[in-house]
Amino acid sequence: MGKIGAFLNVRRAEAPERAPAERIGDLREFIGTLPLVELREQASRCMECGVPFCHSGCPLGNLIPDWNDLVYRDRWAEASEQLHRTNNFPEFTGRLCPAPCEAACVLEINEGDAVSIKQIELAIVDRAWDEGWIVPQPPARATGRRVAVVGAGPAGLACAQQLARAGEHVTVYERDEAAGGLIRFGVPEFKIEKRLVERRVQQLVAEGVEFRFGVDVGTDLEVEELRSRHDAVVLAIGSRVPRDLPAQGRELRGVHFAMEYLAERARVIAGTAPATISAAGRHVVVIGGGDTGADCVRHAHREGAASVTQIELLGEPPAARPDELTPWPLWPMKLRTSYALKEGGERDFSISTTRFDGRDGAVERIVWQHNTGSPPFDLVPGTEESRPADLVLLAMGFLGPEPALLDGLGLDRDARGNVAAARFATSRAGVFAAGDARRGQSLIVWAIDEGRRCAEVVRQWLDAGAGSREQPTFVSIASSRGTE
Amino acid sequence: MKATGLYDPAYEHDACGVAFVARLDGVQTHEAIRRALTALENLEHRGAAGADAETGDGAGILVQMPDAFLRSVSGIALPPAGTYGVAVCFLPQERARRLELERVLEEVVAEEGQTVLGWRDVPVDSRHVGSHARLFAPCIRQLFVAASPELANDAAAFERRLYVIRRVAEGRAGLVLPSFSARTLVYKGMLTSPQLGRFFPDLADERFASALALVHSRFSTNTFPSWELAHPYRIIAHNGEINTLRGNVNWMRARESQLASELFGDDIEKVLPVVRPGGSDTAVFDNVLELLVLSGRSLPHALMMMVPEAHAGRADVSDELRGFYAFHDCLTEAWDGPAAIAFTDGRLIGATLDRNGLRPGRWLETRDGWVVLASEAGVLEIPIENVLRKGRLQPGKLFVVDLEQGRIVPDGELKQQVATRKPYAEWFEREHVRLADLPKRTTRRAPAEPLRRLQLAFGYSQEDMKVMLAPLAVNAEEAIGSMGNDTPLAALSDRRPLLYSYFKQLFAQVTNPPIDSTREAIVMSVQSLVGSERNLLDETPEHARQLVIENPILRDSQLESLRQVDSEIFKAHTLDVTWPVEEGPAGLERALERLCADADVALAQRANILILSDRAAGAGRAPIPSLLAVGAVHHHLVRAGTRLQAGLVVESGEPRSVQSVAVLIGYGAAAVNPYLMLATIGQLVDEGRIELSREEAEERAIKAVGKGLLKVISKMGISTISSYCGAQVFEAVGLSSALIERYFTGTASRIGGIGLAELAEGVLVRHARAYPGTPGELLPVVGLFAWRRDGEHHQWNPETIALLQHAVRGGGRQTYDEFAAAVNAESARRSTLRGLLRFRVAAGGAIPLEQVEPAADIVKRFSTGAMSLGSLSREAHETLAVAMNRIGGRSNTGEGGEDPERFGDERRSKIKQVASGRFGVNIDYLTNADELQIKMAQGAKPGEGGQLPGHKVDRYIAGVRLTTPGVGLISPPPHHDIYSIEDLKQLIYDLRCANPDARISVKLVAEVGVGTVAAGVAKSNADHVLISGHDGGTGASPISSILHAGVPWEIGLAETQQTLVLNDLRSRIWVQTDGQLKTGRDVVVAALLGADEMGFATAPLIATGCVMMRACHLNTCPVGIATQDPELRTRFRGQPEHVIEFFFLVAEDVRRLMASLGVARFEDLVGRVDLLEPDDALEHWQERGIDISNLLRAPDVPAGTPLRRVESQASPLGGALDWALIDAARCSLEDGVTVSASFAVRNVDRTIGGLLSHHVTKLHGRAGLPPGTIRFDLRGSAGQSFGAWLAPGIELTLTGEANDYAGKGLSGGTIAVRPPLEATFPAEENVIVGNTVLYGATAGRAFFRGVAGERFAVRNSGADAVVEGVGDHGCEYMTGGHVIVLGPTGRNFAAGMSGGIAYVLDEDGAFASRCNRQLVGLDPLEAEDEAIVLALVQEHADRTGSTVAARLLADWSAASFVKVIPHDYKRALAELGDEIRYHDHPVSAGGVGFVTKESEEAA
Repeated sequence: MGKIGAFLNVRRAEAPERAPAERIGDLREFIGTLPLVELREQASRCMECGVPFCHSGCPLGNLIPDWNDLVYRDRWAEASEQLHRTNNFPEFTGRLCPAPCEAACVLEINEGDAVSIKQIELAIVDRAWDEGWIVPQPPARATGRRVAVVGAGPAGLACAQQLARAGEHVTVYERDEAAGGLIRFGVPEFKIEKRLVERRVQQLVAEGVEFRFGVDVGTDLEVEELRSRHDAVVLAIGSRVPRDLPAQGRELRGVHFAMEYLAERARVIAGTAPATISAAGRHVVVIGGGDTGADCVRHAHREGAASVTQIELLGEPPAARPDELTPWPLWPMKLRTSYALKEGGERDFSISTTRFDGRDGAVERIVWQHNTGSPPFDLVPGTEESRPADLVLLAMGFLGPEPALLDGLGLDRDARGNVAAARFATSRAGVFAAGDARRGQSLIVWAIDEGRRCAEVVRQWLDAGAGSREQPTFVSIASSRGTE
Repeated sequence: MKATGLYDPAYEHDACGVAFVARLDGVQTHEAIRRALTALENLEHRGAAGADAETGDGAGILVQMPDAFLRSVSGIALPPAGTYGVAVCFLPQERARRLELERVLEEVVAEEGQTVLGWRDVPVDSRHVGSHARLFAPCIRQLFVAASPELANDAAAFERRLYVIRRVAEGRAGLVLPSFSARTLVYKGMLTSPQLGRFFPDLADERFASALALVHSRFSTNTFPSWELAHPYRIIAHNGEINTLRGNVNWMRARESQLASELFGDDIEKVLPVVRPGGSDTAVFDNVLELLVLSGRSLPHALMMMVPEAHAGRADVSDELRGFYAFHDCLTEAWDGPAAIAFTDGRLIGATLDRNGLRPGRWLETRDGWVVLASEAGVLEIPIENVLRKGRLQPGKLFVVDLEQGRIVPDGELKQQVATRKPYAEWFEREHVRLADLPKRTTRRAPAEPLRRLQLAFGYSQEDMKVMLAPLAVNAEEAIGSMGNDTPLAALSDRRPLLYSYFKQLFAQVTNPPIDSTREAIVMSVQSLVGSERNLLDETPEHARQLVIENPILRDSQLESLRQVDSEIFKAHTLDVTWPVEEGPAGLERALERLCADADVALAQRANILILSDRAAGAGRAPIPSLLAVGAVHHHLVRAGTRLQAGLVVESGEPRSVQSVAVLIGYGAAAVNPYLMLATIGQLVDEGRIELSREEAEERAIKAVGKGLLKVISKMGISTISSYCGAQVFEAVGLSSALIERYFTGTASRIGGIGLAELAEGVLVRHARAYPGTPGELLPVVGLFAWRRDGEHHQWNPETIALLQHAVRGGGRQTYDEFAAAVNAESARRSTLRGLLRFRVAAGGAIPLEQVEPAADIVKRFSTGAMSLGSLSREAHETLAVAMNRIGGRSNTGEGGEDPERFGDERRSKIKQVASGRFGVNIDYLTNADELQIKMAQGAKPGEGGQLPGHKVDRYIAGVRLTTPGVGLISPPPHHDIYSIEDLKQLIYDLRCANPDARISVKLVAEVGVGTVAAGVAKSNADHVLISGHDGGTGASPISSILHAGVPWEIGLAETQQTLVLNDLRSRIWVQTDGQLKTGRDVVVAALLGADEMGFATAPLIATGCVMMRACHLNTCPVGIATQDPELRTRFRGQPEHVIEFFFLVAEDVRRLMASLGVARFEDLVGRVDLLEPDDALEHWQERGIDISNLLRAPDVPAGTPLRRVESQASPLGGALDWALIDAARCSLEDGVTVSASFAVRNVDRTIGGLLSHHVTKLHGRAGLPPGTIRFDLRGSAGQSFGAWLAPGIELTLTGEANDYAGKGLSGGTIAVRPPLEATFPAEENVIVGNTVLYGATAGRAFFRGVAGERFAVRNSGADAVVEGVGDHGCEYMTGGHVIVLGPTGRNFAAGMSGGIAYVLDEDGAFASRCNRQLVGLDPLEAEDEAIVLALVQEHADRTGSTVAARLLADWSAASFVKVIPHDYKRALAELGDEIRYHDHPVSAGGVGFVTKESEEAA
């Protein structure tokens, strides 16, 4: 239990950020954490609720009150233990998760008052790495069973780690040259430095996970061969088909999907690829008001764009939590000014892009019209505008997993085109799916949770198949191991 | 009546009025009979009648053998008196069967060498008996038996032989012999008190004479009183209840194999079993007492063994007597519970009281040589000139009249005589060994395993460490929780709870009081004994060879001392309670068999300390659940008759909580070494999680568990661990009957459940987590106290809470439906019994929704829970009240009074609660109620009191509670005016007087036997009974109470409905239920199981914004509900509309269900169990052996027997004296003119002034009338509750005496009680008024010229009183007012006193040792005090003519007074100094003993 009544005396403190003017000059992370002493004060605000909505709001079911209390009591190593009990990669989530836990915090009933959970999480894990508390946890015994995980994004990595620690032999197949998926190739360096991803991958390797990079299953390796080489296969291939914008001029040069730009930036920064799309000195328009769009905005600033504009189809959300629509503890549909825009640029809402104008096959202007802000987004007459635009980035979300591999395996899809795998098992025996590929595009916390739970299902399936039925009682125990 | 459905006669209770008269000169007269019968009639209000008002619960009389009478009417040539005996026989009416039984009896008489002289039909006049009683009336005959020549000169031997004959005849043919003696005779039956004398014409015969007569009037909660169960028994009549009965019976049974007596010789075999099965607690007590007496002990001696007084640490107990008790502790445990026992063997007659003085008894001796004792004073009219002295029964004291010596033998003399019969003290001193004196041993070994392994194997969780263990060690207290328990019953949980969790603590409600183990610690004892017990009927120095264990929770080193003890006397043997894992679940049963066999072997090798140890648990061996091991060995040895050869000690890694230790001791362990718990605390210290030394942390934890243990036993009204040991005061929920029968024999278990196999699997699953386990495996989280995603299921979880809040804030029906679906489908089925039921459609099929009664009518059946202002913020409290008033439902004040400003508007709570603290309860409060609810228990902590810390008592709260700001408030565990069912009847009567228009409700908590208690409530004239589930409750409470006391409402409600219907009492009482009700489905299930109304607490709070922080006790509620913090209160966002919306959504849900069931009117749902059936589609619970068919059992009653309330209770106020008072006061009431008048009163005139006060208040409000407006002089013995609730402006002066509860809730009036001028006894040495006087008084003054009984001015919050001596526990829990005691006080004065001041005249300087100084200081008087004391003493002299007062005033010296002032109060007064000051005459009409400058100015 935190400090009784501390929430009345200690105010919530946000994570410190480097000043925008300074941070756009480099590629280092710009959000930090408060000094540990102050964080302990922040943690003392946690009331250790009888019904901790934060813990429920967290897709991972992070034991937030438990580690808040430990931080308050200066017991960081134990806090790290508790944190890792539900979360394989807190240093990823502590940087990247939008923190639905904080939206659900009981103190957030008074909007803006939530415990600084995300910051505390990050501080715990960063300290744990610094102190050397995080070490590989190789299994006590090997089961001798082989599991393939396709995709080295957060879902795949979490699944692989859980399986490996339980003694399964895990091989991760990744078509890119490195692990991390969107964390590595989507999220910019200044949000999460890639050395952190690599550090975690090294832990997996030390725990026995085998990585095969540059292997595009279905192309480089026949799906059937993959299946036959392993006792089970987990597909964690993400949701990577981007939503397109069917507007006139879409084909012009300079109009790109956001991921093309972001992935390229990641490789350029890593020094593994040349730059082909550049925002330097250009008028950049980002279509899509989400996090991917924001990442594009920020890269554009750092490249030295002439101007950056971010537009969104939906109407401008209210500044405060709309209680009639998304009352506490739901995730509030309210305006969040992304840190990207703090660095500069413009933003507008209720914008429908009507066409791109170009010269010499290259985009030059964008033409749009305001809409009503909500479906079916009827255009408002007389609101047509045009802006210079020589780099347009489409960040309008993803539609679902890429079909080739799924079709190759002959897997059923659900209504939204994701892999149908209600309890992680697909329509094909021994083939499982987890993460965005199964649930559609979502948060990294969901991806990790999916990976973990899928690992459990895989193990149960393997146990059952391996003729371990004589002790059925123990199966249910295995399923609740760790957090029971 | 046999057990049927959930009704089981084993749980019936009774209490009563008792009286005796005796002539000191021993001359037999008929006058003694006449007087006894008159006394009995005057006690009639203490008895009860059933549904048939003419059938009494029982009445009877025990007299000396009326030799002359029998000689003349029997037609038998009787030998000399004393050489023949008379068997009073209850025989069947059916002739053949009767003759058969008579033949058997005659045959036994002959076998035993005695001579049958002949039979006499006892004439009866069956016009004087109720129709119900007539139905069961036996044929009553007397058999005359002549002593054989060798016995004719040995009266004792003849008496013994008659006893043997009776036992043999009882055993052989089930004969019922109310008495069989050469000395005494019993007449009794299923009669009311006035019927007794008329039913037996013998009793009216002038020739029928005796020198003594013992009478008894019975009030039974049981629905089927029987002729046999009427009192007196052969040597006793009893008023009270033995709480430790189950243990006493088991121990007695265990003793039988050792019984040997020179006096009985081989005959001893014939009288076994000593305890006749199926008897009531009194019958069982009588059985044992009789044996002790017949085997040679005197009656006082035997009683001192069975009901010892509290003697520990008392300076006024002689060494010999202390030694006597210590010695006899080695022979038998105490029979513990509230009891006034009147006894006689025909030569001695007397009475004794339990150690805590929880029953009343008043006596007087006349100048012409009579002694009268009765439950209350004034049962006989005796001219005052003839009264020599008056007294009362006192806690633990014996009151004995010896007819041979012709005098009352003083307690001290008598006990000293008994105590020095043999050198008991010397024997004990020489022979006993104290654990502390054994050689110190170091711990055998540190656990070889990493601690975490063992913790995993024993099912430790992270929560155990944090929520249970750390607070134990840090605070030396068990942790507190709040907001009830919404997790599944152990039997329904998927998490394989430990065996302890299946046992629910029983607790006292109504039929006996729980004890305050903190404030009344003087009666508590944790000492236990181990060793071999010897023949109970003998006494030798060797009997004292016992090992005394001062505290039943053993450290490792103490256990080692015990284990390694090796002497001629003591030998310990360690039994392994683990089994090989490879044997799997099946191995458990074998292991238990082996364990019992090992125990036999150990006993054969003369071991007398058996240590049941699971230290061998490890990779290959799994621990037997320690409770199972204890139960198995205990019952095995009881059955084998060897149980008393050894004590059981548990050495286990499993126990880690108060509950676990309590259950182990409750099932027979004498001591427990919870080694893993202690090691874990050590680990927490090492890790820095507890900042104490290991030693200190261990010390505190042991202390905390000990304290918790005392709380557990005290809530059942038990005061010593040695009586609790093996007393089995638990109900099992979810264990199979086979398991219970074998290992927990005699425990109630009503829904079946799991057996050995499932328990074994649970152990193995835990074991598998530890061995081999995963390195670095963390302890499981569990989430029992706070919700966790992968933890234990909670009905209130983020989903259900958010859905409910969204539903009432615009989400409407659709969101409500999602909420209800989540609750019903998921939670209920996984957690509650109602979840296991499904509906059956009525014969006619579904009906259209429009035909169903409108929701606006249904919501009128709903009320909100009793949550006090103080526990809730003002905002939250008023929101609920406004909402309920708007929909026509009812809100409840809770135990905290109500702001009078609310009485006139929609913030008024219709239900005004009357709880043990009586906070804010005055005549104004009572008058302004629609319903008065007596809270006997609350779901969160049945059997416990509460405490509101001073910092929460702000100015407003204090004003409403009529106390002082900043001073903490304690609610006692019991109502101090309800120690038994007839006391409840009296309180109901008091409340009827205070508000004749209000309906009276009694709140109970479900536990086994609640149905019979509810029947008693119905017979006590209540209109309404509330059966609360164990799981509801919002109040703060120790976690072991939240989790482990009480049972689900489904069981309690069904039991109540079945019992009430079976007895046809349901027709006159409403039944309500509550406990985690949330949805329309819950409401309909409750109605079908028998509820007319439903209460909700948590759900409406959640509607107003509660988020189940479960931090209500911390004052930090972040949503402004359970807090008094002004800033947090601003965060409250609830609106009445939210609550209204909730109830209408529920009601609409109910309507849809009703339509689908085909029932249009809600009242037609009530009791329709045929519309419910077990849901066979659900498998999990059936797999676990749960059987809920008893819940759905329709009582077998004639068609048309009402299943719901259809008529009102008869008003008991018809004959009240107050009508005459009101008539006399008519012009005062109307015009305020002063009036005075005189009245004669009797003890049957109860609650004098109550109704009058109601009328005053109704017309004149809280301020009442100006002082002295109504002055009445009364003469005689006033009945109970004299001057209760007396309103301002009324003065009652009683010349005579008053009984218990005088001045109860005094609300501003004035009372004076004095002996008549004609009295010749010194007033200050004689009792003038009974027990529990001025309980909950709020204002006014009272003057008593004479001594008062126990608990004078208990919980007084504002009255001023003068008295000339008080019994034990004076001024207990007092919070305000002034009490002046001009004479000696009893022990434990000022316990729990947090406010007010007492001034005690301490002329002998002995007061300090009798004062409980936990909360108070003793100061000299200051000038201000002196003024107060002088004024009151002067008034005392004026009003009562007190000679003590006159003497003091004549020679005034403040120096001989001691000022008793609570530290808290002193500080509060100092803090408030500027704003507040005492009135020099501190009485105010508002009832607050202080005024603020502000209010003074305003006035």
